[in-house]
Amino acid sequence: MDLHYLTAHELGGLLQHREVSAVEATEALIDRIEALDGRVQAYLTRTAEQALEQARAVDAARARGEEPGPLAGVPMALKDNLCTEGVRTTCASRILGDWVPPYDAAVVRRLKAAGAVILGKLNMDEFAMGSSTENSGFFPTRNPWDLERVPGGSSGGSVAAVAAGEAVYALGSDTGGSIRQPASFCGVVGLKPTYGRVSRYGLVAFASSLDQIGPITRDVTDCALVLGAIAGHDPFDSTAADLPVPDYRAALKPGIKGLKVGVPREYFGAGMEPEVEAVIRRAIAKLEELGAICEETSLPHTEYALPAYYLVAPAEASSNLARYDGVGFGLRVPGRDIIEMYMNTRSQGFGPEVKRRIMLGTYALSSGYYDAYYLKALQVRTLIRRDFETAFTKYDLLATPTSPTVAFRLGERAGDPLAMYLSDLCTIPINMAGLPALSLPCGFSQGLPVGLQLIGKAFDEVTLLQAAYTFEQSTTYHRRRPELGVA
Amino acid sequence: MEYEAVIGLEVHTELKTNSKAFCGCTTAFGGEPNTHVCPVCLGLPGVLPVINRRVVEFGLKTALALNCQVEPFCKFDRKNYYYPDLPKNYQISQYDLPLARKGYLTITVDGQERVIGITRVHMEEDAGKLIHVDGPDGGYSLVDYNRTGVPLLEIVSEPDLRTPAEARAYMEKLKTILQYLDVSDCKMEEGSLRCDANVSVRPRGSQVLGTKTEVKNMNSFRALQRALEYEIERQIAVLEGGGQVQQATMAWDEARGVTYIMRTKEEAQDYRYFPEPDLVPLEIDGDWIEQVRAGLPELPDARCHRLINDYGLPAYDAGVITSSRALADYFDRVVSLYPDAKVVSNWIMGDFLRLLNAAGLEPGSSPVPPEEMAALLQLQKEGTISGKIAKQVLEEMFATGKGARLVVEEKGLVQISDAGALARIVEEVLAANPGVVEDYRNGKDKALGFLVGQVMKATKGKANPGLVNQLLKERL
Amino acid sequence: MPITTAEVEHVALLARLKLSPGEKAAYTEQLNAILEYMDKLNALDTRDVEPTAHVLPLHNVFRDDVARPGLPRDRALAGAPEASEGQFKVPRVV
Ligand SMILES: [Zn+2]
Repeated sequence: MDLHYLTAHELGGLLQHREVSAVEATEALIDRIEALDGRVQAYLTRTAEQALEQARAVDAARARGEEPGPLAGVPMALKDNLCTEGVRTTCASRILGDWVPPYDAAVVRRLKAAGAVILGKLNMDEFAMGSSTENSGFFPTRNPWDLERVPGGSSGGSVAAVAAGEAVYALGSDTGGSIRQPASFCGVVGLKPTYGRVSRYGLVAFASSLDQIGPITRDVTDCALVLGAIAGHDPFDSTAADLPVPDYRAALKPGIKGLKVGVPREYFGAGMEPEVEAVIRRAIAKLEELGAICEETSLPHTEYALPAYYLVAPAEASSNLARYDGVGFGLRVPGRDIIEMYMNTRSQGFGPEVKRRIMLGTYALSSGYYDAYYLKALQVRTLIRRDFETAFTKYDLLATPTSPTVAFRLGERAGDPLAMYLSDLCTIPINMAGLPALSLPCGFSQGLPVGLQLIGKAFDEVTLLQAAYTFEQSTTYHRRRPELGVA
Repeated sequence: MEYEAVIGLEVHTELKTNSKAFCGCTTAFGGEPNTHVCPVCLGLPGVLPVINRRVVEFGLKTALALNCQVEPFCKFDRKNYYYPDLPKNYQISQYDLPLARKGYLTITVDGQERVIGITRVHMEEDAGKLIHVDGPDGGYSLVDYNRTGVPLLEIVSEPDLRTPAEARAYMEKLKTILQYLDVSDCKMEEGSLRCDANVSVRPRGSQVLGTKTEVKNMNSFRALQRALEYEIERQIAVLEGGGQVQQATMAWDEARGVTYIMRTKEEAQDYRYFPEPDLVPLEIDGDWIEQVRAGLPELPDARCHRLINDYGLPAYDAGVITSSRALADYFDRVVSLYPDAKVVSNWIMGDFLRLLNAAGLEPGSSPVPPEEMAALLQLQKEGTISGKIAKQVLEEMFATGKGARLVVEEKGLVQISDAGALARIVEEVLAANPGVVEDYRNGKDKALGFLVGQVMKATKGKANPGLVNQLLKERL
Repeated sequence: MPITTAEVEHVALLARLKLSPGEKAAYTEQLNAILEYMDKLNALDTRDVEPTAHVLPLHNVFRDDVARPGLPRDRALAGAPEASEGQFKVPRVV
């Protein structure tokens, strides 16, 4: 039995029935990482010892007759922008160096309480700024489906690990598509929950009004399971809504008869690969076949989402990243006085994309340009929200491609920031509106996975998961595995 | 030419909440450096602020006491600038939508009442403390984040103040109000009450504002007044000399008694304010405002008027007594036990305050509780002790903390009102001073006073003076 | 609204970034390309549109005023590049 390719709910079942121990499962995953990660390069930090300790604790609890829950003993991993007490957290940036947080992120606390076994910390674009994981301050992660291609980003390490069987599931973060776009590139399920559904406490901030943590899994059932474990109010996050958390897994019932699905035409624009479009169209036809009522619609301000996003997100980032100054933690590069120390530290500690966005955001907020850029972008954000509000008076869900292309080659877009930004065209508007959206495998193009994006109403992850589950139950794309040349 | 100054004050007051504005760390003073800190106030990656409800409540109390309009909707903003006492390199503050606006307070200077406008009241977080250590290569600085994140209110006045004395009176009045509200310790020396001043001068009668400077680093009321006096003179001298005042931030040097330039306009900061995405806005409805208003204590102006109207106290006395909530509370308590307000006022304004000041004590920490003060006045009224002895007793009470009756008994200070006992002493005094007796009989009225004094001396001041007079006159 | 090299230098100072001459030139060019793309937004009339700073309709989220223990000092200082006498040590602030 290939333990490493079991889903969390499958492995959880075996663990609960004592057919496999948590230590066995954890060892299997550690072996898999050993065998593969030299090529995939998903992990920045591995915590095998700690993982085995957590696994032993779960086994001991079960031996005592306790049942710590479906995720207990299931090995997983975290994007390296989630703070872990006692384990270094780098955000894939040189500026954090070997910084070890003295606290756990809220989601990490919750997962630990649920008995999660944490295998390590996963690679990403530095400070989650990027769409390919090539902006990692350490090394790029490879796409398990084609090692010469990017896994997408910024949660590239997270999706690559899940796709390659180096973690049963992972957590990522999504500010403009950083969970969904890589999930699409690597053929896994990635959910960005509604803004406010999951506490951001302990997620190293990129753009606070857009960031959200979400699950990256190999099927929709796992997605529901993990979301249920991490969602909910948190007194440490003012923006984590105090709303009841449904039992997402129990809500997974196949059937989308009569579900009204809008298909916004703006998401099928120029730059879209025809074969990707064909796959998406077939997936939408499949939804219809399953009983959904699909209809073309329009979100007229879609084209403005990207430029507005690239003002809002860098502006917030320029402020969020001001704390990396060589004073309290992380890297310090000495200087004659404090200002020189700041400048040396930040210039050497941040990579080029991070600096570019800090520059852009600082400019957008600076005196004389605030109204023209930042305020304008916030107003456009309102127009984008209204588009969705209008659409959701008619539809239960929206369906779009997650990305206009399949995974591109390493280095292909590295020299052109604007071209790189365009790969998030289909995902960014959803962050601007704060809505939940997931990407699920819906076919292949050139042998590479294609993702279908489903967008839901605020806090209605249930409808989203149900539709995705129905689609998944009638297809087999999620069962395909990349050829990695190992058993 | 005659000039007048135009002064506006920006006051920062630390709120005396239990915990910091956005995290659960204590706000307690003292403490070893960096022992009142947590990931949030250290600004570590990943942390988020959550506003302390009491900060808003204290802000509302203050806004209402200053007659402000509370905004139905307000939000927090980030003020971005790099400084090592600010771990996030931004301060959470309020920019375009503050908690409250358009208030006022009244001050009285040289018997003249003036209304001073309050532009705005907003909430923000305090920074940490830097210590500069000299050494090679310019030395280094040490940073303590214990005060980082302590809640502050910023209270900005209109440029309505015209003299350093008015500025001081405004500051003193503001301190009194904040103390009445019990929202701040208001210790200028410890930095829990701080003030920056915007100052300009112009020819008297002109409506045009001159170029202003901002004066910082004034750590006492006296420093505020001195710094403003100096800065106004300096600006006038610049203008008189044909020069122009340079827009700048000045610092007050207490030791040298001068202001000096900290930074000029060219170096002015670009704070890049934008809405704080980690905090949600505040909506303050009428119900909340009324609830806070209902909980406001009687404020100094109202209390002062009550003392004048209900007790007939002179305005000056009422002003002094109500300048401190603790003193006014003391007064009210004594009057409730000894209902002769004028007598109470005289004692408090006189010996009580003198002893308190001499001991460097606040009314709230007086060793003589109001109950004992009332008991002392009662002893005097009953005739158990004379007024003169009462003063001695009060001093003893202050020194020892003992009750009035106990001091009187221990020291044997009960007034001698026994006519039989006094008559004997009167006889002795008359026998010992035949010459004076002769003088009196020859019409020298002053001689009587001498004889009374001799009797008092013989009784160590305990004789009832009225009775002594009466006995002497009978015998002569 | 093309951004000049002087503005790039000013922004770099505000952001406390030291840029090499090469970086200055590259950022000037790239920021101009990006900002040109942003000008797309000017096609939209937003005069009466409220800005969206928060997507959530939340307000008045509070914490009770209860003091809790924070970090022990050694843990607070554990990540500091330089510390002395229980404090964070930095080059002299001028
Ligand atoms: Zn704290």
